[in-house]
Amino acid sequence: MGYDLSVELSGVRLDNPVIPASGTFGYGAEFTRYYDINILGSLSFKGTTKDARFGNPTPRIAETPSGMLNAVGLQNPGIESVISKELPNLRKIFKKPIIANISGFSLEEYLYCCEKIDKEEQVEIIEVNVSCPNVKHGGMSFGTSPDSVSLITKEIKKVTKKPIYIKLSPNVTDIVSIAKACEDAGADGLSLINTLLGMRMNLKTRQPLIKNVTGGLSGPAIFPVAVRMVYQVASAVSIPIIGMGGIQTAENVIEMMMAGASAVQVGAQNLVNPYACKEIIEDLPRVMEKYRINSLKELKR
Amino acid sequence: MPKFKIISQRTIADSVYEMILEGDTSEITSPGQFVNIALPEFYLRRPISVCDCEENTLRLIYKAVGQGTEKMSLLPEGYELDILTGLGNGFTVNNSKNCVVAGGGVGVPPLYMLCKKLIEKGIKPTAVLGFTSARDVFYENEFRSLGIDVKVTTNDGSYGIKGFVTDVLDTMSFDALYACGPMPMLRALCKYDAVCQLSLEERMGCGFGACMGCSIQTKNGYKRVCKDGPVFFKEELIWDTI
Repeated sequence: MGYDLSVELSGVRLDNPVIPASGTFGYGAEFTRYYDINILGSLSFKGTTKDARFGNPTPRIAETPSGMLNAVGLQNPGIESVISKELPNLRKIFKKPIIANISGFSLEEYLYCCEKIDKEEQVEIIEVNVSCPNVKHGGMSFGTSPDSVSLITKEIKKVTKKPIYIKLSPNVTDIVSIAKACEDAGADGLSLINTLLGMRMNLKTRQPLIKNVTGGLSGPAIFPVAVRMVYQVASAVSIPIIGMGGIQTAENVIEMMMAGASAVQVGAQNLVNPYACKEIIEDLPRVMEKYRINSLKELKR
Repeated sequence: MPKFKIISQRTIADSVYEMILEGDTSEITSPGQFVNIALPEFYLRRPISVCDCEENTLRLIYKAVGQGTEKMSLLPEGYELDILTGLGNGFTVNNSKNCVVAGGGVGVPPLYMLCKKLIEKGIKPTAVLGFTSARDVFYENEFRSLGIDVKVTTNDGSYGIKGFVTDVLDTMSFDALYACGPMPMLRALCKYDAVCQLSLEERMGCGFGACMGCSIQTKNGYKRVCKDGPVFFKEELIWDTI
């Protein structure tokens, strides 16, 4: 019995809805020792900025109940190096649609990167990160008000013909108004949610566990928050949503899609179980059979 | 997922445990590599250096420093653990005959497998093992059993030579130095005119190079301690940034 796992994002067909989330999968190479990454629906590569960035001082990572905090701070080799080195290397090992995750510190930087990426045939979708909680004056300032997110969406649409998905922050009072502003400004889709701002203290040193003081919370701890936000946003917009936040299992994928996501991203789980996406994809038919789902596309609300 | 079964666990020093496991160790290719252990009820894995491995047995030594490793120390024989192995770039065993291995605290374990590899190449290293106090000392006899010269230091002088490993190394001459231990110790070892390979410790997320949680700046660009290290040559390191 064949189950139809395929989904579509703005005209881009994916064999299945499972996409490793940006920042948890590098440029793919680290995972090839564990499985053939061509089984993935797509791949969102490590958030890329105009200039190379080392990111934040270490420690950048802390454990939490059912999750983790990270304050990596957008470490990346910069857009030129990504285009000349990382992207060709990724293309050698990955033949499926690629999502380019772009971040910046000013409107000009976003536009610079998107214009460059627009020329890359290998990239099918641009995911615009306006929600990184770990950099000062970073993407998140663009993602926390409808006006600024509207401005950045409109301007990016002018420099690229590729579908653009705005990746939204959960660290806002009203994510629906921000999502609607993206849609009204011409965004092709939305990715949600990025990490939730969090913090832990070290009892021995009486100092924050993370050098950056705060970090982004991810992992199964945030799954219900993500489902709620995807549901609320899906009720208010008609553009496709890539749902993410704490997905661990095939059941979680189905749940996220029932809440309104057209596809999903798996993030932190890749870091604790490098086989996570493979296991989820292989388990999807079993879960579809259990809940009598013939095609994942039929789940869309 | 690679499974390992606990064969035995024993206390070998204050809060320090030796764990022997059974499982496929074929991915472990050099001394100084580490494994990453998934623990029940904890989200992140615990990276532990490989003390020794044979075809189907893995020997780990770790200190219970937090809730995760404390829980690990209580796991019974026969318990199955999900462990990623063969992680990181270990020590490069070079041909210098006149070499020293220097370990500090729980930096000592990976040097055991390293000494065995050196001995296989016909090289007899001197082992300088530093601990805080007498109750922290472990594996002195195991290193001696390899037939090599072993010097033990304690910071408070309660056992062996009083002082740090550098107090012993200052009196020796050597061409190659392999070391693992706390960062201040590793930094201090860079003063020696020898080929220095240092195994760094940094808090990790994934342990296999995906998350950029453990990055450091080096003279050769940004490096991940888990994937590009944990062993680095001293010339690469920029200590003021670590």
